[in-house]
Amino acid sequence: MEKNYEDIPGTYVFDADRSREGYHLNMFCISMRQANNRKAMKEDPEAYLAKYPMTEEQRQAVRDRDWNRLLELGGNIYYTSKLAAFDGITFQDLAAMMTGVSREEYRDMMLNGGRSIEGNRYKSEWEKS
Amino acid sequence: MARLTAGVGCSHVPAIGIAMDQGITEQPYWIPAFEGFEFSRKWMKDNKPDVIFLVYNDHCTAFDASCIPTFALGCAAEYHPADEGWGPRPVPVVKGHQRLSSHIAQSVILDEFDLTIMNEMEVDHGLTVPMSIMFGEVAQDDDWPCLVVPLCVNVVQYPPPTGNRCFQLGKAIRRAIDSYDEDLNVMIFGTGGMSHQLQAERAGLINADWDKRFLDMMTEDPIAASQITHEEYLRETGSEGIEMVMWHVMRGALNDKVKEVHRHYHVPASNTAVGHIILENHE
Ligand SMILES: [Fe+2]
Repeated sequence: MEKNYEDIPGTYVFDADRSREGYHLNMFCISMRQANNRKAMKEDPEAYLAKYPMTEEQRQAVRDRDWNRLLELGGNIYYTSKLAAFDGITFQDLAAMMTGVSREEYRDMMLNGGRSIEGNRYKSEWEKS
Repeated sequence: MARLTAGVGCSHVPAIGIAMDQGITEQPYWIPAFEGFEFSRKWMKDNKPDVIFLVYNDHCTAFDASCIPTFALGCAAEYHPADEGWGPRPVPVVKGHQRLSSHIAQSVILDEFDLTIMNEMEVDHGLTVPMSIMFGEVAQDDDWPCLVVPLCVNVVQYPPPTGNRCFQLGKAIRRAIDSYDEDLNVMIFGTGGMSHQLQAERAGLINADWDKRFLDMMTEDPIAASQITHEEYLRETGSEGIEMVMWHVMRGALNDKVKEVHRHYHVPASNTAVGHIILENHE
């Protein structure tokens, strides 16, 4: 299957392959919507994580809260944002963290019209700079 | 007979709902976003629909990764606002038009669109935010001014249905509405977008020029708009901009020629470009 979207920089398209790889990770993340699961996760994170047959890499990325790595390993942002919410992180703050800037810098960028499309279409454009 | 009188395109940014629920729409950050909805709320009062056919997507709320229907048609008597992690929105329960839902399900499936039927479904901000935008604040113990038939489209797992498929589905929905034997004023909403990316290092992407061209095409050249490729949405409008395929269901249901009576575009609402258009369907 040709994936003509794989050369978009800074983007993990959540396709059927990533959905398959990330299934248990995403089901873990969405379980954080329920109060009893949040309680169990707070009390004993390792025991709670062990309930979901994720790969060790995925488990480590959860421990590290490595938000971009979670996407690379099949997580989807609508799921990982539920884990972020468990940590008390808002969607916009999560976006700031994933892009490596402060909350204020990110907010200012959005107020100034957002990230420009110019220079952000192809991975090759990022490699040059 | 039922008549399809208008189409509405509208972003469904969750932060817009939160701003209304918290009563902070008068803050400087929000004023320019909400100014563009003043006309729309008056227009809704003047053109009061009986039913809204509302095309939206679920954001891993009613559906988790275990079940991902491409097109899911609501056929329930009512749809409760879902708890998306911070409690359900304080808005009324959405009431369905069950007989119309059943009619559309039967008509559209025989028209060769294989819908999933939802007899129970919670609805998230994708559905309730457009209602709030168009009707303004409605108290939780009050009623929405009209009934709703929801159509939930997968745009979370790639690939969503193509723009063309959505456009053709819109035409099938129109045939179903036209053949419904009750005098109803029906409107159709296509929601989501516009350009935005919520994930990874490119988060925050906005492409205002592209969005404005898309709004132009909605009015003047809907067939060309329906041919936009998934790759173009992903690359030019951000990974979540692909939600805009849902607007083609709305546009496909309208006549080829429509009258644009209102347009609004504003950046930002949280991470997203807000786009809105009202298209009247005249004979
Ligand atoms: Fe959405």
